[in-house]
Amino acid sequence: MATVDIRLKKVNKIYTEGDIVAGVVVVQSKGELQHQGITLAVEGIVNLQLSAKSVGLFEAFYNSIKPIHLLNYTLDIAKPGKFPSGKTEIPFEVPLKAKGNKVLYETYHGVFVNIQYQIKVEMKRSMLNKDLSKTCEFIVEYKSQESAKLKPIPFTITPETLTNIKEKGRVPKFKVKGKIDSSVMCITKPLTGELVLESCETPVKSIEIQLVRVETCGCAEGYAKESTEIQNIQIADGDVCRGLHIPIYMVFPRLFTCPTLITNNFKVEFEINIVVVFRDDYLITENFPIKLTRF
Amino acid sequence: MAAYEWYPRHRNYEAEKNSEARTITPASSHPLKAISVVDVKSAEKRGTPAKSFQDVPKRDFVDPLSFSDPLGTSLEGSDPLSQFAAEVAKKKSSVGLNIGGEKKGAGNENELDDSFEPWYCKKAGIIAKYTTSEKLSITTSFLSASDKEKVVIKAQTTTTVTDKVKNRLEQLDDFEEGSVQMMLNLSQQEYVSRIDELNQALIKAWNEDQRVKALKIGIQCAKLLADTNVIQFYPSKFVLVTDILDTFGRLVYERLYEKAQYIPAGSGVAVKLPENFTTDQVPETAKETCRNWFYKIASIRELIPRFYVEVALMKCYSFLNKGEYSEALKRLAIMTRGIGDPLVAIYARCYLSRVGILVAPSIRDHLIPCFEDFLFSYSQLQDDSVQNVLAMQKLEMPRYLTLFSPALDWILQCIAHRTAESTLMEVLEKCQKQCNSALLLNSLISAFKPEYVAAKAMEFIQMIKDCEDTGFPKHFLFRTLGLCLVIAHPPEDQKLAVLNEAWKPVMKLKNPTDYIICAEIWMEYVVKNFGKREINTILNDIIKHMTPDRAFEDFYPQLQSIVSKILSHVHDFSMLFSLDKFMPFIDMFQKETAKVEVCKNIVEAFSKYQLETTTDPVIINAMMFICKTMHDSVNALTLDDERRMISNLISGFVQKISFGRDFEQQLSFFVEARAAFSNLDTFLIQLIQSVNSLAIETRKVVKGNHSRKTGNFVRACAAYCFITIPSLQSVYSQLQLYLLSGQVALLNQCYSQADAFFKAAISMVPELPKTLELDGKSRSAEPFLIDYLYNFISTLLVVPDNPDTGVLYLLRGLLNILQNYTWEPSSDAKIMVYTRVIAILSATCQETYPYHINKVDSNDSMYGSDSKFISEVTNTCTTLLEEILAHLKTLNTSETQKRQSLLAMELFTTLIIHGDLQQQQLFNLTVNLWSLASKHRDSTDTRHMVRTLEYLKSKASSPGGKLFQDLVQKLPAI
Repeated sequence: MATVDIRLKKVNKIYTEGDIVAGVVVVQSKGELQHQGITLAVEGIVNLQLSAKSVGLFEAFYNSIKPIHLLNYTLDIAKPGKFPSGKTEIPFEVPLKAKGNKVLYETYHGVFVNIQYQIKVEMKRSMLNKDLSKTCEFIVEYKSQESAKLKPIPFTITPETLTNIKEKGRVPKFKVKGKIDSSVMCITKPLTGELVLESCETPVKSIEIQLVRVETCGCAEGYAKESTEIQNIQIADGDVCRGLHIPIYMVFPRLFTCPTLITNNFKVEFEINIVVVFRDDYLITENFPIKLTRF
Repeated sequence: MAAYEWYPRHRNYEAEKNSEARTITPASSHPLKAISVVDVKSAEKRGTPAKSFQDVPKRDFVDPLSFSDPLGTSLEGSDPLSQFAAEVAKKKSSVGLNIGGEKKGAGNENELDDSFEPWYCKKAGIIAKYTTSEKLSITTSFLSASDKEKVVIKAQTTTTVTDKVKNRLEQLDDFEEGSVQMMLNLSQQEYVSRIDELNQALIKAWNEDQRVKALKIGIQCAKLLADTNVIQFYPSKFVLVTDILDTFGRLVYERLYEKAQYIPAGSGVAVKLPENFTTDQVPETAKETCRNWFYKIASIRELIPRFYVEVALMKCYSFLNKGEYSEALKRLAIMTRGIGDPLVAIYARCYLSRVGILVAPSIRDHLIPCFEDFLFSYSQLQDDSVQNVLAMQKLEMPRYLTLFSPALDWILQCIAHRTAESTLMEVLEKCQKQCNSALLLNSLISAFKPEYVAAKAMEFIQMIKDCEDTGFPKHFLFRTLGLCLVIAHPPEDQKLAVLNEAWKPVMKLKNPTDYIICAEIWMEYVVKNFGKREINTILNDIIKHMTPDRAFEDFYPQLQSIVSKILSHVHDFSMLFSLDKFMPFIDMFQKETAKVEVCKNIVEAFSKYQLETTTDPVIINAMMFICKTMHDSVNALTLDDERRMISNLISGFVQKISFGRDFEQQLSFFVEARAAFSNLDTFLIQLIQSVNSLAIETRKVVKGNHSRKTGNFVRACAAYCFITIPSLQSVYSQLQLYLLSGQVALLNQCYSQADAFFKAAISMVPELPKTLELDGKSRSAEPFLIDYLYNFISTLLVVPDNPDTGVLYLLRGLLNILQNYTWEPSSDAKIMVYTRVIAILSATCQETYPYHINKVDSNDSMYGSDSKFISEVTNTCTTLLEEILAHLKTLNTSETQKRQSLLAMELFTTLIIHGDLQQQQLFNLTVNLWSLASKHRDSTDTRHMVRTLEYLKSKASSPGGKLFQDLVQKLPAI
């Protein structure tokens, strides 16, 4: 059996615009290998998808749902011919440059928005044999961006600050004070802050930090905005000691987060929810929009 | 065969002795000093290889006179062997610290010394202490695969193919998704084995490259620690689960270490990282893998698993940047604030500090915050939520508080390790200020250096008194304090005050259990620091507390430990026994076994520490009482070992009692001892030996000239022996002692007593059992009997005949007994003895005997070689000779020829030494015996015969050896 593989020089596969993506295509076969040429394609695509509830309505009216190509190269790295038995390495180098006046957004894997870069290698073969192919994702990050400035958000949560509650009477008396160290933060650094449960009538079951992405697809007139949870980190378990400064700490997951991105066609934004769950599973949530930057 | 008559040869022993004696030349040097170093060169040659083992700088100049001998130099300081041993020990100790697979970094600061008690020492104690009989539950997806399979098989029997497929898919799902299931109603043992299974599963998954599964197992294990059901088991659960986490951490670290091969500058080959690698040596791939692990962990939703797994992987931070440890430790330390349950939280902190001290002993910023957070959240213990849990699990507050101890002890130990006193002061102040609780104080006292605590003993006592009683029992505090003070002493001027202050509250303890655990510890403090009066007071107090309701019955181990503590420090026994409360204290041991055990301890200590002999009546009285107790515990069911031990102990005691020149008092003490300890054979033997040596001592003092008084005394000694010996169980010992005592009596010119001893011995011979028990094996008694008889008949030579009885009355008596003695079948013992008797009888016929006893006239001077006496003796010899020859005749079958040769040789030797070969018939007999002996000999016999022949030849060449010349010529060649 013959196989084709791509090996990038950089271990972490992280590149910025203008970098050269270098690597080798590795062809391995037990016997001689006849082929009709090898092509290598580098592409960067923004895939937009609509949530199930809005599908149909928008697809009929708008074209903005088509994928956006940020990058698209194809090159032949080997002419039709034969490979000897064993391992053959074909080196390649591709400069990372956006198509036209487009920008290379950072890699992001979301629910409705996906920004993905990949290298695809394809070996064409004669009729009787299947073509061999292999894809390999690489990650794009911004080279430079305005660095985050500290903007601390102090907060106090009490029954009075809550909005959107149906029965005021069911809410136990409590007071949570705290701060998030900054509303603008660097994606490589953890979210930090602290929180004090100053008083609370009923026992607390858990305090959690929820990271939420807000993805918006569409243009000015009609758009679909969807919020989904990325991760939920528990910072307190059980009925915590009153008055103790509990640290808020969360590492942003790679791939699933990117610097906050606002374009004409889509938006990727993030929010933090502080969730306090009481013993009777009654929960309260406070929402903080945040801005993520690369630096 | 014609009858032979015996003619003893006339011998002049004195002349023989002189002719055979070697000439003595004075020795010029001591034979053992042969290697003395006169030659400096050779000394160096021998000295250097040994010296090369040491790192002693070479001396340039060696003064030949001062140069010590080479053996000395190589052994001086550290000899190579002990040096190696030391090295091995060093390695071992470092291995010891590395248990858990952690390798510590170099540098002194990063090392833990021995004063730090490592975790693995504490583990077993915790598991043993915190147990439960409640049912436990475990929540996991990785266990009991076997149970599941069983279910599947059952299901399969009735289902169709599609169901089967579905079933299998489900199984796969189970495996993949880790469908969580809960196992209920596990006993503690089952629970432990389940956890062990988890550990196995983890290692298996890891070895099968299923890293995600391994991580999942790790997470599920950590989750178990969030569960506080069956709270009294929690500390043990912590120990078990963190073991798994340690394993997990080690596996990940080893894998990364394996991956982190790097290519050093200038070489093309990848090598493993050195043990103390720096972060820039770590290749990017390994760092990336490492980061991935931490990203993965950071996304674990729940707090407690996230915390534990990250701590478990703490060591992997060494692959990333410098300073990563201290950052992570600090962050994780405050992360524990989020843990609501105080018990879970303190154990989480304990794990953090436990891992922290292993990976980076020098970093300790995280410890104080950990401790302060605990102080801060201490109020939680009084909260409703905790109280509810306790009420639900039916646990009392004191019990609950003790659950905190291991973790708190550990954290404080980490803090106290190698810190300045000021830090300790701070900690102490904080404790007092924030929560002056007994629980905390207890841990503080046990964690801090004993020297420190001892120096501030008074303050600590005050603190103990002041601290709030939140349920943690205060007597524990006094106990812990006592433990410290036993190791380190408080300042001299405070010693008494400390005791007074500490003892007052202890005295007030009503519950005997609480009281005795304190008293047990404090006793050691008292015996170490104080004297008679205080010890007596404390003993009195203990007696007072233990007597009501016979409380002492429940605390024998503690009371025993008190006694052994006293014994290990008080070696002045007359002081000890003069305490008026010591013996009453011993009296509290009313259970037989406990009492005997204590008595044994005392006697053991006595024979160990009482170095000089004593006459102190207090000691004697008390010890007699104690020994009597031991002695009385011996009964028919007592094991041999026990009996032997007690005998040895009592003997040891008796040997320590000596009245010096007051022999009579000594004898009366022995009489008393015999009366008291009549049950123990070994001890009675010891007594008889002591009395005999007493008699010999007396003889020495009077230089053999007994006065009336001393004569009476030695007779009393003999009488003592004579009446004591029959009470022995062992006939063999009786025989030995009769002979010995007879010899002693004879030496002291007590003829009739000696006669009585010998008579008793002779009459005892037939009673000797056929087998003896020796070292647990039963052996034939005959070899012993033969040896004994040889000794006996040699003694009989010097025993003068009693004028009232016939000639050689004793020997005849012995011969009569031997005649009728039932020997073992096919044994030649009788004949062997007979040949020796012939030899002795030949000596009896001489004008002067080869040996005498000073001041005792033997038969030679009594009969003066009277012809009647001699003919009596030779008649006896003739009879014996006939007996022997008759016996030889019976041994002519092919199986017995060997024995025949041996006996013939024996008789031949006797003949050539003692027989008168001038008598033609004896001469012929000798020649015949020689040919008989050479008939059926083997190689050893041949050698013996060759040697004998040489002896004869040398005899022949000496003056007057005409006879021997003839004999040598006549002897057939061999």
